[in-house]
Amino acid sequence: MKNIKFLFIGILFGIILSKTEVVSWYRIYEMFKFQSFHMYGIIGSAVAIGIVVMQLFKKGIIKDYLGNQITPKKKENGTTSTIVGGIIFGMGWALAGACPGPMFVLIGHGALAILIVLLGAILGTFIFGILHKKLPN
Amino acid sequence: MEFITQPWPWYVGGPLIALILFLMFYFGKAFGVSTTLETFCSVAGAGKLSEYFKVDIQQNSWRFVFVLGILLGGLISSAFLMSSQGIDLHPDTVKELADLGFANAGGSYLPEEIFSMENLFSLKGFLILIGAGILIGFGSRYAGGCTSGHAISGLSNLQLPSLVAVIGFFIGGLVMIWFLFPFIFLSTK
Repeated sequence: MKNIKFLFIGILFGIILSKTEVVSWYRIYEMFKFQSFHMYGIIGSAVAIGIVVMQLFKKGIIKDYLGNQITPKKKENGTTSTIVGGIIFGMGWALAGACPGPMFVLIGHGALAILIVLLGAILGTFIFGILHKKLPN
Repeated sequence: MEFITQPWPWYVGGPLIALILFLMFYFGKAFGVSTTLETFCSVAGAGKLSEYFKVDIQQNSWRFVFVLGILLGGLISSAFLMSSQGIDLHPDTVKELADLGFANAGGSYLPEEIFSMENLFSLKGFLILIGAGILIGFGSRYAGGCTSGHAISGLSNLQLPSLVAVIGFFIGGLVMIWFLFPFIFLSTK
């Protein structure tokens, strides 16, 4: 039951992604075509505020719900894996017009075709897990 | 009530996404969705085939609750919080998409030309959907995160790998839309 809070955070996140139209294929298309400021505004303002939030956490000015100081995990990746993986992800993001979060939102909207995209994403994750030792880092 | 049913502008959405980031870290979790895809594989027994999927499922159970919430958030929005299903696009975008074979661009959240049932059951339509998914799943794991883990959390935490990943996301997206879309969507028309 201690996980129930994540259900509510998820619901809020799903509503935000729906109401801001981030889950629309068209919003992703126009972003990559530089035809609208919308997505840049959303990601940019989220990150700008996020930087402040993370600094407050790191300095211990805000602590977690148990009163502990948080040290956010560092992202540790090789440069090749990050750039090549990023490019592959970006191609899928542009084609499907959805990244993993919005996929779940769209299933909630009743868009059944997204189930195939989700299935593909799980399959892609599986393929990576099988091959990862052979891939350049 | 008007505000609730209207689409929300970026300056409402961005800060609210930062609030989600705050809530996740406040409750002791990193904000990232694509790791959930790994946990799906682990639950399906992929740990037998690769050590990569040998993770403690119990410790990751909150991820399922979180994505179930995201799904419910979508359901609640489409049932109660959306006055229209259309997307207000720039006329240039609509015209461009029409030239690519997308009729009625912005008439709904998703284009029929990709997401209709008819397309789903055609070979090309199916390959586009599953192919896009495979690229997303493989790419996010190889890069170490997706939009939430890298673009939002990673950049907020001033992580250089996340900046590299986001640049990669953009290169991939630009290549797909500017160079590959004409081949994908015009080739069989």
